[in-house]
Amino acid sequence: MDKISCYHCGDDCNNTIIAFDDKNFCCNGCKTVYEIFSENDLTCYYDLQAAPGAVPKEIQGKYDFLSQENIIEKLTEFNDGNTQITTLYIPHIHCSSCIWILENLNKLNPNISSSQVNFGKKTVRVTYNSEITSLKEVVLLLATIGYEPYISLDDFKTGQQNVNRSLIYKLGVAGFAFGNVMFLSFPEYFQVDGFWIEQYKPVFRWLMFAFSLPVVFYAGRDYFVSAYKGLRSKLLNIDVPIALGIAVLFIRSTVDIIFDFGSGFFDSLTGLVFFLLLGKFFQQKTYTFLSFERDYKSYFPIAVTKISSKMGEHPIQVYDIKKGDRLLIRNEELIPVDGILINGKARIDYSFVTGESETVSKKSGDKLFAGGKQTSGVIEMEALKSVEQSYLTQLWSNDVFSKNKEDGFTTLTNKISKKFTIAVLSIAFVSTTFWLFVDASKAMNVFTAVLIIACPCAIALSAPFTFGNLLRIFGKLKFYVKNASVIEQLAEIDTIIFDKTGTITSNKKSRAQYDGMALNPSEETLLKNTLRGSNHPLSRTLYDILDEHHIISLNHFEEHLGKGIEGTYNENHIKIGSASFVGTQESTILNTQVHISANNKYKGKYTFYNSYRKGLSKLFNKLKKNYDLVILSGDNEGEFDNLKKLLPSKTKLIFNQKPDDKLDYIKYHQTEGAKILMIGDGLNDAGALAQSNVGIALSENVNVFSPACDAILDASKFNQLNKFISASKSAIKIIKWSFLLSFIYNIIGLYFAVTGQLAPVIAAILMPLSSISIVVFTTITTNLLGKKLK
Amino acid sequence: MSVIYILLSISIIIAVVFFIAFITAVRKGQFDDSYTPSVRMLFDDELVKKQPKPSIKIKKD
Repeated sequence: MDKISCYHCGDDCNNTIIAFDDKNFCCNGCKTVYEIFSENDLTCYYDLQAAPGAVPKEIQGKYDFLSQENIIEKLTEFNDGNTQITTLYIPHIHCSSCIWILENLNKLNPNISSSQVNFGKKTVRVTYNSEITSLKEVVLLLATIGYEPYISLDDFKTGQQNVNRSLIYKLGVAGFAFGNVMFLSFPEYFQVDGFWIEQYKPVFRWLMFAFSLPVVFYAGRDYFVSAYKGLRSKLLNIDVPIALGIAVLFIRSTVDIIFDFGSGFFDSLTGLVFFLLLGKFFQQKTYTFLSFERDYKSYFPIAVTKISSKMGEHPIQVYDIKKGDRLLIRNEELIPVDGILINGKARIDYSFVTGESETVSKKSGDKLFAGGKQTSGVIEMEALKSVEQSYLTQLWSNDVFSKNKEDGFTTLTNKISKKFTIAVLSIAFVSTTFWLFVDASKAMNVFTAVLIIACPCAIALSAPFTFGNLLRIFGKLKFYVKNASVIEQLAEIDTIIFDKTGTITSNKKSRAQYDGMALNPSEETLLKNTLRGSNHPLSRTLYDILDEHHIISLNHFEEHLGKGIEGTYNENHIKIGSASFVGTQESTILNTQVHISANNKYKGKYTFYNSYRKGLSKLFNKLKKNYDLVILSGDNEGEFDNLKKLLPSKTKLIFNQKPDDKLDYIKYHQTEGAKILMIGDGLNDAGALAQSNVGIALSENVNVFSPACDAILDASKFNQLNKFISASKSAIKIIKWSFLLSFIYNIIGLYFAVTGQLAPVIAAILMPLSSISIVVFTTITTNLLGKKLK
Repeated sequence: MSVIYILLSISIIIAVVFFIAFITAVRKGQFDDSYTPSVRMLFDDELVKKQPKPSIKIKKD
């Protein structure tokens, strides 16, 4: 059969094909979006990219809370009564078509005056007339055309955000000054002892002085601050010799021009700061569309519907929920607090919390935990706790979340810089003492020259450029690392801990085994066709596993929520579902099972097993040589035997771990000196990810979900994990080599300095030359490293 | 008064003008998003092209 894909979203139209305007659509939603676009002359959308759309979701009643004044107030960045501006995060933005359609929103709703997309951040900034339209209408419009904004509790607090652009300013100032100072110092480089240069020398020199002022006091300020902080905590970090170098350069140069000793080193000074800032800028590369700091707030809704006897149903802010409140949770809504189910059939998806994709059925009176998502129909619940005190959210009150991981880590650069600073200072003092006896007039000159030339510009640049480039290469390979120090820590790892569900298993359960009486062909057809009508995840999985059968229309089909489904065709009747529904004994096996009976006779059962990610055993076998491997799972021991077979025998398997247990396990091993890499996916791993030396969140879709972590790895690249770790180790080697390279430059420079021959022009050549060659060296080697990764 | 002063002041003024232009560009957020404008630029034609077409047809009829 030829597969027909939807014109709008590109999905396969497997069962229902809706033809409209000579095009095929997979559902009515996609057709409606196409209609909206074609009515408004916006079909260009489809010319820019084939099948760019998303399947629109049902949204009825979901955004009622957006009509509340105080919520609108928090979500809009500008509001003067008739014009409002809001920035909405839309995870679906993925291609140029998206930019185009979102910037043409005013054609769909004339009351929207402008909309601007930031592709990197996946946001759209909408300006609209709030007298005629409303925030709710804007959001609904976006949702109907398949660009549903993601509004979470996180948006509630931020409001207007200030972008920190100071590094760009500083880089601009330093670059501007560097260029001008270079150009002003040229006449004296080619010093012709003539009348002309004698006459205008002071003008050039004082102009250079003027240009260097903002460089030292504005652009280079961070180095002084950091050096001061380092010294106060008795740490000789790399910024100490840098700050010393900048200060000595500036003072010596100023003294030089005041007393007419020479032209000063303003060129080297501004160049040094410029290159250093360039390194910082390069390292700063961040993934604006990813957030590494997420906690539960990013996933929780801003408001839910409260039922009260006085006011009926009305939206209420999540923070205002009190114990005893009655809440209405609609389909696809998140449960914000712990509570008790009062009314309705609950089928809760706890995948946010545990990473487990299978839903759990609850009966009236059962306890519901915050973080679960209702997946079938409407339920009513009574709150037992407030948001902050709920079982899941309490995890965030642990100390780990307020600690800064980088604090306790000494980087390679800082380790070197300690020895380096001591060495430079002793060389400076020894050579000064020597010159005091030989030629006292030159002593001060030599002392400052040593400090100037030894300024570790090249050393300070090695790490930023190596790591910065590697971050970029990793990013291309779908391994998104928060910052450079994570790569450094990754290279020191000796223990790797994996979460089970969702991390080493894939979210789709695609392995099922049948035990029992064989089904005859007509029963098989009936089974397949009955499953077709059900939306339950297990039915979908089983449907996909079974062989193709021709489609028949059932005489009767019924879905019993939380129990199973039944279907009738001609004389045959089939029941699929839980043991009690089908009429058999519950088994003691812990794995998920689906039982089948035909014509009231028990036939057999399908047992589902976790399906492990591709290349899992291979990866573990590669890793076992160098690392201790542990599986830390929140699940029961149902998969123990399976894992034993799959993984190397040394691997530790630990089950039934609560989120706090995972955290404590890691903490305990860290006190024993282990450097731990934790790989997890759900919010229940958040504590463990924060406690570990490096926490990597594995994610099927990097845009949607990941708990706070140091790095996000795309699930499809999971089997490459060992390569990423070894690349980090190679990066450390590259840095060590470039340290060596910069030492060679320093020794050459020191020769000139110690012998008292350091002319400004030598400094002006040596300093940029060493910096540039370090940049070239690290860039080339990391690119070679990146080639090996692919 | 030597010509060097005039040359120096002109060159510095020009440099400062560019520097101010850079600062205002950063302040207006032109460096915040370096991808979207490059795509947006390509759509400017699309929008213009759409509008006049029908009107020309009407005139011909």
